[in-house]
Amino acid sequence: MNSAFNSPTWHKLKWPLAALMLVLLYNYFYTPGFFQIEMKAGRLFGSLIDVLNRAAPVMIISLGMTLVIATGGVDLSVGAVMAISGAIAALLIAKGFALPLVLMISLGVAIVAGVWNGLLIGYFKVPPIVATLILMVSGRGVAQLLTGGNHIPFKHAGFEFIGRGYLAAIPFAAVLTLLLFITFVIISKRTAAGLFIEATGDNEVASRYAGVQTRVVQFAVYAACSLCAGIAGLIATANLAEADPSAAGIGLELDAILAVVIGGTALQGGRYFLAGSLMGAILLQTLTTTILTRGVPTQWTQVVKALVIIIVCLLQSEVFRRSFQRKPATA
Amino acid sequence: MADATALLQLRGISKGFPGVKALSDVQLTIRRGEIHSLMGENGAGKSTLIKVLTGVYRRDGGEILLNGTSIDARSPEEAQRLGISTVYQEVNLIPHLSVAENICLGRQTTTLGFLKWKEIRQRAEKALARLGIEIDVTETVSNYSIAIQQLVAIARALDIDAKVLILDEPTSSLDEKEVEALFTVLRKLKAEGLGIVFVTHFLDQVYAVSDRITVLRNGTYVGEYEAALLPRLQLISKMMGKELSELEMKAADRVATKAGVTPFLKLKQVGRKGSLKPLDLEIAAGEIVGLSGLLGSGRTETARIVFGLDRADCGELQLDGKAISITSPRQASGLKFGFCPEDRKVQAIIPNLSVRENIVLALQANRGWMGYVSRPTQIQLADKFIKALNIKTPNPEQPIRLLSGGNQQKVILARWLASNPRLLILDEPTRGIDVGAKLEIEKLMAQLTGEGMAILFISSDLEETVRNSHRVVVLRDRQKVCELRGEEISEKNIMHAIAASDSDQ
Repeated sequence: MNSAFNSPTWHKLKWPLAALMLVLLYNYFYTPGFFQIEMKAGRLFGSLIDVLNRAAPVMIISLGMTLVIATGGVDLSVGAVMAISGAIAALLIAKGFALPLVLMISLGVAIVAGVWNGLLIGYFKVPPIVATLILMVSGRGVAQLLTGGNHIPFKHAGFEFIGRGYLAAIPFAAVLTLLLFITFVIISKRTAAGLFIEATGDNEVASRYAGVQTRVVQFAVYAACSLCAGIAGLIATANLAEADPSAAGIGLELDAILAVVIGGTALQGGRYFLAGSLMGAILLQTLTTTILTRGVPTQWTQVVKALVIIIVCLLQSEVFRRSFQRKPATA
Repeated sequence: MADATALLQLRGISKGFPGVKALSDVQLTIRRGEIHSLMGENGAGKSTLIKVLTGVYRRDGGEILLNGTSIDARSPEEAQRLGISTVYQEVNLIPHLSVAENICLGRQTTTLGFLKWKEIRQRAEKALARLGIEIDVTETVSNYSIAIQQLVAIARALDIDAKVLILDEPTSSLDEKEVEALFTVLRKLKAEGLGIVFVTHFLDQVYAVSDRITVLRNGTYVGEYEAALLPRLQLISKMMGKELSELEMKAADRVATKAGVTPFLKLKQVGRKGSLKPLDLEIAAGEIVGLSGLLGSGRTETARIVFGLDRADCGELQLDGKAISITSPRQASGLKFGFCPEDRKVQAIIPNLSVRENIVLALQANRGWMGYVSRPTQIQLADKFIKALNIKTPNPEQPIRLLSGGNQQKVILARWLASNPRLLILDEPTRGIDVGAKLEIEKLMAQLTGEGMAILFISSDLEETVRNSHRVVVLRDRQKVCELRGEEISEKNIMHAIAASDSDQ
């Protein structure tokens, strides 16, 4: 943390942070009550809390997606994995399984899905877009087959807590996000995993020559990403108290990828920024919430999102910024 | 009369890239009905010259005459229309199309926009018949062997009225019988009056088919010679830029030979089909073994097998008397082997990571992801090697891509030294770096072997090999030809060994 304002992390984080501040500033002046937080029955309520709660699934997925993108890959199957883990959890609850078993099995299946991706990509050298596209399409089909194409509603206070509960007055999903973030940071900074992932993404051949087991790295990141998607699936399912495999996690893969890119991790791989990805996810959700609370027709949501994202990405582009730097004046 | 038979003449060709002069005042004359070998070591300018000739690059100066008329091809397509066709090392056919489609692609005969399949097939068959090949032209190209694909590529190149055929390393992936078949075709085309430019690293093949040889070195023209009148040794000395008389070695310049140390690593008839013929090699602690030979002679291939990048398919590797098989760099690194590869940019540096991270990588990979080398230790290691190897970087956190080539090379050396190997393989460690860094690396090698490390040293620079090696293993055409020790080690002896033809053995 020495000379924090000079570190590469800060240089990457300042642009999404600035964009987030701008959107918040806009809300401060134009959206009455946006910053109001109330305590009701031991729980915090307000737009900001709502943003954190709703952004939780994308934030969690973006953590895993960050690692995948850092290796130079991408995972399009996260939405489908959400649908699968949610469907399995709902089915198991309906069959009366105990909660720990429900969690273990549904998340276990998510990890298996990630290992499958890792196998195709790391071992058989299928391009990541193709490999995960297969699971993106087929995975949702599998989820729908599991539920027979129906919604599976359930009542289970313990499971619903994951999506609706509060811990120390904060939504449990937000707490879970924070815990996962801390775990990912520790793994990145206190083990060699971070170095291996960045090295693999930056130059896979040279990493292998240096003795890094690049295949194992690829297995691990896709498994981690799928696990994150599985957790996000449980949150979404618990929040609705029903599994809806045809709608769960639709389009979320793109939000997660956007969050990672806004956060400063390059799609070519290499250096990654977990905090940046979280900030990207929060920015996306703040925009959505702002548009909704301002009463702007929802059709505008995607357009406004796109505009903000273009601006952040351009600001991150060195070529773009350099084109605005004045040449030294000649006397 | 020489000029009457001159089909293609390149005169005074020069070509520069930012910071490099790739070709200066180079000439090449191809006559009708001759096979002309273009020879030179790595970086001599052969491929640049061919790219200038075929319109891939624009020349900066000089003149190209085809049949006496000045030409100026702006693209390979235009060169082909003019009658200059090229077949590259990597066969560039479309694997999933048929032989006939590949041969006629882009110049199909049509009526009102419809393809005339029958005519296309007949044309393909005729083109192949010219080379003396009869195969089913409706079959998919990828179902044929590489050798046949090569011939199909030649047929495609000859389908239009080619006058000059350029073959860039056509034999690298062919076995002996296939090479012979290719040569039969070449001789047939030569008899038809075609001018053939042949680029290869294999000396035996050069002498088997060429009428004349043009030698380039460092982007300049060395000379044109009749193949029959140029002894191999002369050719090598011209390629390497050493006069034979210069080559008597002063004993004082060379390191003393080690004796009486038992080798810890032994290769017994280790080989790999298509890249290395079975060879024996031993290396002992504190010893520098030089691997010498031309490019493609099997030097790097040997190193790749020892480091687990390629798997040997015959023979036995013994480490400390025990047979082992090395299947991955990870495993080799675990056995305390280190490898500084030839292609620094692609195989060694992690461009955007810091000098510190690049240094720590191999050690960390060896310890596994749970054996985290703490940040303070990393900084200590980086500082130590930056000082010890005199690496010029503003600080250890600088991305390695911003360093000069020589300093990058030192970082890669530091990467392996940090993991404290007992065998260090250096593949062209001094290529493309400045003289100062070169000397520092040589000094370091002597110091390391003094401390008991073994070094397998690969270099194209004969002088460097002779100066630094305790023992020199000479390779030619993917085969070990001899081993020099003690007083035998001299540039002259190495050149003789490289030049000797198979029949002399």
